Amino acid sequence: MHESMNDSANQPQRKILTFISRKSPYGQSHAKACLDMVLSAAVFDQQVNYVFMDDGVLQLRRGQEPAAIDSKNLSAAFSALPLYEVNNVYVDTQSMQDRGMSTEDLVVEAKPCTAGHIASLIRQSDVVFNL
Amino acid sequence: MKLTVVVYSAPYSSQAAWSAYQFTRAALTAGHEIYRLFFYADGVHNTNSLSIPPQDEFDLVKAWQSLIAEHHIDAISCVSSALKRGVVDVQEAARYERTCNNLISDVTLSGLGQLVDATLVSDRVVSFGA
Repeated sequence: MHESMNDSANQPQRKILTFISRKSPYGQSHAKACLDMVLSAAVFDQQVNYVFMDDGVLQLRRGQEPAAIDSKNLSAAFSALPLYEVNNVYVDTQSMQDRGMSTEDLVVEAKPCTAGHIASLIRQSDVVFNL
Repeated sequence: MKLTVVVYSAPYSSQAAWSAYQFTRAALTAGHEIYRLFFYADGVHNTNSLSIPPQDEFDLVKAWQSLIAEHHIDAISCVSSALKRGVVDVQEAARYERTCNNLISDVTLSGLGQLVDATLVSDRVVSFGA
């Protein structure tokens, strides 16, 4: 925080931004809204952590067929994350277990983590977006 | 302190939009700077001038408009969120050949880059209503 107070607005800065996505992929717009924020932050060359927890882990599930409900496939966009150099993708193990999922069900490579690990990610972050 | 306020929720659907307004007003009163006010997702409904609440209810859209004008707040409505939800300015109405525009004055339609920029420059980013 001290850095941001001393730097002028014109100087390029790098912050650690953590995005916690906790809603299911369809039915609400949160998942897509969060993904768009992540990609924008990545375009601005920020250090991004992308965390999936609660119903958010369902976004990563293989075999989504949202065309049946006239929705765009959100999971297809996740394959673009490495191109944006978003490599710190985390998935909450407990949330997966609660929903009968394992890492084998995931459409992208995500690092399984615990609530304690997510708490430390939050502590290390400059800004956290939670949606 | 330099603050950015992000609003995710529509007025009249949840308390979040009111809380965002009250927080912004309180922060200004306390002498903080609002670097940017960013309306995202359903939050863009806060910038729809066609919102008409009953006379005995608080007119949140009008209240935002007054607060933004009075304090010269840099206020942005996310353009992709806004267009999808039918909040358009004069230029977008012309571009998409629509018969009216409804974005409140002193608010600009712009992209998520404005939010990222605000995040980098602000001491704190405070979000309401996800």
